[in-house]
Amino acid sequence: MTQSLHINKTYKLYIDGKFLRTESGRYIKWTDPKKNMPIINFCRGSRKDFRNAVVAARSAFKAWSGRSAYNRGQIFYRIAEMLEGRKEQFKSELILQGFTKKQSEKEVALSINRIVYYAGWADKYQQLFSRVNPVSSPYYNFSTPEPTGVVAVIAPDHSCLLGFLSVVVPAVVGGNTVVVLASESYPLCGITFAEVLHSSDVPGGVINIMSGRYNELIEQFSSHMDVNAIIYCAVDSGHASVVEKNTALNVKRAVNYADQNWINPDAQGPYHIMKSQEIKTSWHPIGY
Amino acid sequence: MLNNRTIDQVGAEERVSRLFSRSIKRESKVQALKMILSMIDLTTLEGKDSPGKVKQLCYKAAHLHDQHPGLPAVAAICVYPNMVPVAKVALVGTNIKVASVATAFPSGMTNLSAKLKEVRSVVDAGAEEVDMVISRGKFLSGDLEFVGDEVAQIKDACGAAKLKVILETGELVTLDNVRRASDLAMHAGADFIKTSTGKINPAATPVVVLTMLEAIRDHYLQTGHRIGMKPAGGISTAKQGIQYLVMVRETLGQAWLTPDLFRIGASSLANDVLMQIIKQNQGNYQSSDYFSLD
Repeated sequence: MTQSLHINKTYKLYIDGKFLRTESGRYIKWTDPKKNMPIINFCRGSRKDFRNAVVAARSAFKAWSGRSAYNRGQIFYRIAEMLEGRKEQFKSELILQGFTKKQSEKEVALSINRIVYYAGWADKYQQLFSRVNPVSSPYYNFSTPEPTGVVAVIAPDHSCLLGFLSVVVPAVVGGNTVVVLASESYPLCGITFAEVLHSSDVPGGVINIMSGRYNELIEQFSSHMDVNAIIYCAVDSGHASVVEKNTALNVKRAVNYADQNWINPDAQGPYHIMKSQEIKTSWHPIGY
Repeated sequence: MLNNRTIDQVGAEERVSRLFSRSIKRESKVQALKMILSMIDLTTLEGKDSPGKVKQLCYKAAHLHDQHPGLPAVAAICVYPNMVPVAKVALVGTNIKVASVATAFPSGMTNLSAKLKEVRSVVDAGAEEVDMVISRGKFLSGDLEFVGDEVAQIKDACGAAKLKVILETGELVTLDNVRRASDLAMHAGADFIKTSTGKINPAATPVVVLTMLEAIRDHYLQTGHRIGMKPAGGISTAKQGIQYLVMVRETLGQAWLTPDLFRIGASSLANDVLMQIIKQNQGNYQSSDYFSLD
């Protein structure tokens, strides 16, 4: 019988549609909390990686936000299909990180559903949240949601796939481009989700995925002037105050999902898309 | 006069990659960034240029980012001939020079008398620097004498104005040609040699710039004359700017690190350099939303 060689995967960052090593050359040894044994090495992303990712996200923004909402929805259906095809890989990664078989099956199934859910919303939330406003002059006055721009996302620490998708997908479905920091405690599924994206017609730079130290990167994630919003899940109040202070620099939107349980029904919904949308109001003369 | 020197392309690329891996940090980086600003030829060379756009660019040249005091102005404004009077008026009271392209830029496809006439007219209009293009067709067909004579006559027509000779290296095909065109231009009287018009791809590539810098070095060693260098086209990031400074410093020495002998032709470089300077100063990464459009 021929036995295949065991090949360890090199986990990389995903920036501008490319799988890159961190420019810093640093890595983190991830240790199995139960067996106390090192299992994988993953990149310890640096502020320069983040800077490069923001440049990629900024240059991808115009084309991505300019696509039709229907097309963005179709791409998210495709992402769901790709995740479905790779679900065994994600289950085994969850088990490797200490989840039970049953938990991992549930996490992956809910994750696929969540993507499909938001794919459906891609061309519908605009109608729900747009309105014609009453004004006392001969104008139409209407308000519509538009994507904020480049969104920095710090994924929840304890829900490494479902939580990751629950914060990333609504932002991107809404036409934003994102730079996301995967869970530090359970890095695997967030990092490898890049492999799903890579085969899903998502243009490079729309979703950029980093791994690294939360404490080291939160300062840069929140202070970068070319980031228009930050979605994060504060582990302690110190983090929240850093973010609040830094976001004041360019009046970023800051969304804190501190205590969200990502399995609850309220963890999904069109209001989550609206967290990274701006309302634009236009005046138009009547009769022309 | 011209020896048939051949350039080792692999060696040149190796040397470039070694120079480009230098890391310039903190105070030296801020110094280098400010130096780059002072060496920029802020350029607008588009068919749709208007007096309004040129005036705005001139204002930007003198006031790069007034929120941050202590920044230098750029070295020069580079425009088409008909915009020289506009730029002259807009730059009164500053030390910023007006450079004009001439000689049927960017192709150079006209006769010598028309080129000379154009050069005289921009100098009369007040251009202090003239950026000419060589006749690449003649050069590639081997008529070096024609090209050399043309540069020499245009140099005469320039009078006191400085002459920058654009080789348009993207059309010269080989590094050997780049070297020969550099030698030819310098012997014929160029004050600066310049890589590209910015209208052809590739424009300024690192190996081409290195080849030209080495030609300048050898010319200096032979004649004692310091010729200036101007890479142009495709230089849009502060990082590239610093890499070119390193290359100049290591090839020609400290004496060339002055706007009198080194320029960078660019339109969007200034903003990226400004963002880096502010980043060094304030600590957080900047956004182009907060810097003036050209």
